[in-house]
Amino acid sequence: MTGKEYRTITDVKGPLVFLNKTEPVAFGEIVSLRLSNGTIKNGQVLDTSDDMVIVQVFEGTAKIDREAGVTFMGDVFKLPVSEDLIGRILDGAGRPRDGGPDIVAEQYDDIIGAAINPYSRRSPHDFIQTGISAIDCCTSLVRGQKLPIFSASGLPHNDIALQIARQAKLTGSDEEFIVVFCAMGITAEEYNFFRADLERTGALEHAVLFVNLADDPAVERIITPRLALTAAEYLAFEKDKHVLVIYTDMTNYCDALRQIGAAREEVPGRRGYPGYMYTDLAMLYERAGLVKGKKGSITQFPILTMPGDDITHPIPDLSGYITEGQIVISRELHQQGIYPPINVLPSLSRLMGSCIGEKTTREDHKSVSDQMYAAYAQGRELRGLVAIVGEDALNERDKQLLEFSGVFEDKFLRQSRDEDRSIEETLDLCWTLMSAIDTKYLVRLDQKWIDKYHPDNRK
Amino acid sequence: MKNEGLIYRISGPVVTAIDMKAAMYDVVRVGTEGLMGEVIELHGDKAVIQVYEDTSGIRPGEIVVNTGETLSVSLGPGLLTQIYDGIQRPLPTLEKEMGVFLTRGVDADAFDLEKIWTFEPQVSVGDTVVGGQVVGHVQETDTIVHKIMAVPGMGGVVKSIESGDFNVTQTICTFEDGSDMQMMQKWPVRTPRPYQQKYPPVIPLVTGTRILDFLFPLAKGGAAGIPGPFGSGKTVTQQSLAKYSDAQLVVYIGCGERGNEMTEVLDEFPHLIDPNTGKPLMERTVMIANTSNMPVAAREASVYTGITIAEYYRDMGYDVALMADSTSRWAEAMREISSRLEEMPGEEGYPAYLSTRIAEFYERAGRVETLNGEDGSITVIGAVSPPGGDISEPVSQGTLRIVKVFWGLDAGLARQRHFPAINWLNSYSLYPQSLDQWFRDKIAQDFPEVRVELSGLLQIESELQEIVQLVGSDSLPADQQLTLEVARMIREYFLQQNAFHEVDAYCDIDLQYKMAKAILSFQEAAKNAMASGAQLNDVVNVPSRSDLMRGRLNKGYIDIIDDMVKTMCEEIAATVEEN
Ligand SMILES: Nc1ncnc2c1ncn2[C@@H]1O[C@H](COP(=O)(O)OP(=O)(O)OP(=O)(O)O)[C@@H](O)[C@H]1O
Ligand SMILES: [Mg+2]
Repeated sequence: MTGKEYRTITDVKGPLVFLNKTEPVAFGEIVSLRLSNGTIKNGQVLDTSDDMVIVQVFEGTAKIDREAGVTFMGDVFKLPVSEDLIGRILDGAGRPRDGGPDIVAEQYDDIIGAAINPYSRRSPHDFIQTGISAIDCCTSLVRGQKLPIFSASGLPHNDIALQIARQAKLTGSDEEFIVVFCAMGITAEEYNFFRADLERTGALEHAVLFVNLADDPAVERIITPRLALTAAEYLAFEKDKHVLVIYTDMTNYCDALRQIGAAREEVPGRRGYPGYMYTDLAMLYERAGLVKGKKGSITQFPILTMPGDDITHPIPDLSGYITEGQIVISRELHQQGIYPPINVLPSLSRLMGSCIGEKTTREDHKSVSDQMYAAYAQGRELRGLVAIVGEDALNERDKQLLEFSGVFEDKFLRQSRDEDRSIEETLDLCWTLMSAIDTKYLVRLDQKWIDKYHPDNRK
Repeated sequence: MKNEGLIYRISGPVVTAIDMKAAMYDVVRVGTEGLMGEVIELHGDKAVIQVYEDTSGIRPGEIVVNTGETLSVSLGPGLLTQIYDGIQRPLPTLEKEMGVFLTRGVDADAFDLEKIWTFEPQVSVGDTVVGGQVVGHVQETDTIVHKIMAVPGMGGVVKSIESGDFNVTQTICTFEDGSDMQMMQKWPVRTPRPYQQKYPPVIPLVTGTRILDFLFPLAKGGAAGIPGPFGSGKTVTQQSLAKYSDAQLVVYIGCGERGNEMTEVLDEFPHLIDPNTGKPLMERTVMIANTSNMPVAAREASVYTGITIAEYYRDMGYDVALMADSTSRWAEAMREISSRLEEMPGEEGYPAYLSTRIAEFYERAGRVETLNGEDGSITVIGAVSPPGGDISEPVSQGTLRIVKVFWGLDAGLARQRHFPAINWLNSYSLYPQSLDQWFRDKIAQDFPEVRVELSGLLQIESELQEIVQLVGSDSLPADQQLTLEVARMIREYFLQQNAFHEVDAYCDIDLQYKMAKAILSFQEAAKNAMASGAQLNDVVNVPSRSDLMRGRLNKGYIDIIDDMVKTMCEEIAATVEEN
């Protein structure tokens, strides 16, 4: 149903258009605006009443005047989905960007997405091996988890995300992940980097890309991740695929949200972001997981850059409150020339406990991970102390731990961009590195694992 | 005006209706799909409604029907083991009706109305029954007898009373004045259920978590706030309390948090055994799950739905514990609705009535004499999620003004993997005075003194640490170095407790006391030995001390701890001779 065209715009403010005297318009309805020069823009109803309708325009309101014609499309925003999506590149509003044909829809799915009934979820427990030691050992990823990368500008989060996308696999299974990639306001250069890498490795054939770049309309970013997640849900829960959703950069998404809030003159929350940003982000992040009766899964890797490297900034803060842990990228490690510069100390995988151990990774995994973490944490802390009291003031144990913290960064964290370590290799590496510390200081290692895995006992 | 009106405006979860007779908090049906909503503001001829389901696609001009009822919960046998959304719709029923995704417009009974329960009358014909009085019993689960009570404000002289098998809608009692009652009753969620009087809290809620029971005890009928930044352990702590605390019933509200966390509880609870009764935990639990991505208006309601259910079981004379994770998400739901109403905001955009609502909620906690003359209690434990972990914000402050127990989670401790990451220096409980008699009578005469001694040692440690930071620990005198060792033992052996460890996750209160005493015995033995010339290093490193400390991870520790302490003290004494 396409209704009649109205020319009743009263106000235009920021990304919003206000109009009056229309037929009843639905909340959330899709709107088409025809400008006097013939350009078509799209929008969505944010507020509707008998007297006034507020429309949020995705492409920005440039050139919109009171003469523009407004048509209400009779339905909420839906994405045409089918398996043809795989291998395609679409723009931030879901239109082909690769010169290919329109998607032939098997069905049209509402992009807002309904919440998964908590009773209908299945607990995630399949370990995903990323081949990156820091992640596999210390913040193990689980299929169906939402684990963001907290980064900052100028850090190699994209490389890490791509490396994960390339290498992620279930141990003992050759099931492939379908990558759904969602770009929000990133630069053309960054995008080309992603695309070239996906092309190089052939992953593009198993990927769907939704792309909104820095010079694309900012407000469109509000819908881009919703399109990506709608595609992901279709592929996971209708077509039994295991989907890895990478979206970057959440910071640009939140800024678009702030822009709309400001235009609506809403009471701003912290740092000017809307008070409902937690709920809004949850509507994205919670679209991860596994559900009863369906084989597929959605694993999410949102990437965000922390403004001012500040983890208490509302964007990382609210994200951390919703996601199941976080991987924190460190500027300090990056400056030391370490790739991947993952700071394991503030990083956390809350679902780790459910996916590691004898049946999935290895019996000593938990013990090793705890010990690596503790030794590194203590070593790092000693660096501060040494700066004050000097290395000579340290006792034997502290000297070994201090030394270990350097080795941890150099040998354990550091690996090349195409180095794909198996979990066995990672854990063996941990044992080799820890053997530089006297066993009596390795209090978190169970004796039975020391007997079995310590290099001294393995020879 | 009539009971029907038309939609005038839709803005997210807030819908305005015109031409409809409405009173505050009336429940209405919105739009052709009949979405459930509640009147929250009246404005001339307009009624402002918060809608409990997604409003996309609804249009002005659609119908709104006022049911004339207020937002209520259904109360009766069948509540236990259920999992509800924020407005008491059972999630399993919604799954049956909608599939795995929550769509909208489905109504569902709170529990099975057809199920037959065996009703045993407790009153006879001719008795006078007053509101809140128990008229009969139903065995709801293996452990819980569900007491059927006259609705507060109702009652009369019993004309007839049934006995035997009935469903919850069948009449089981009639009164001389012509009124009657069924096993199911309704109660408006925003109205606290009445009781006779509030008692002072004198019995602790024993949680099995050492730092809580020993240092910062919570009373049955008390209220506690757990603020902490993300990932610091609010949910793990709340879940531990739900599992192990000695409440008879637990209402667990997942309010605006993760879906997977509720799944985890659902997977785990049916297989876990309540250490206090030996029965599956699920049998004493009611769950409410309105996750972060479910409608915010229903999130706002979820807290009230939960506490009303808790009050109902309290009125039967039970000790109920209610966990709300997280109250910040509830406050944010209020903020979101308030901003749609274009209300004048208070601090940080929250409505000006935020602190009143928080206070009213926690006031529904308490140990009371019920209308039936029994003792019942509700203990409320609310998680708070302050932005950036900074508790100077309105929800934390509003909570701290009213609760008497503050369990402050600390990002630094969590990062050190010291769990539970409760900061022992800034947390507090105002209950010890009123609970000490119980601890003296039930656990040990010197229990309060032992507590004071432990917290004193931790206090001294933090002062010594400042010096150590500057000069290193080696330059401290031996007695102070010993104090640091003792404090470390308190932290690593006593305060740290892994919530996922099969044995250590729950620690019996008697064992807690023995462990605390073991630390003091160590201190005593070490002091004596060192006074006779023993070296700190030798004293600290006696093997039996690490045996003692590790022993807590094994079953049956309580039976051998006394012997282990004895051995340790002997070994420490022996270090004197070595010199
Ligand atoms: N008592 C504990 N024992 C062992 N591990 C714990 C304990 N408390 C917390 N943890 C660890 O910390 C992680 C985070 O805890 P939790 O999920 O309770 O945080 P939270 O405060 O609820 O965070 P959020 O506000 O984001 O929900 C857990 O996944 C677990 O690894
Ligand atoms: Mg939590």
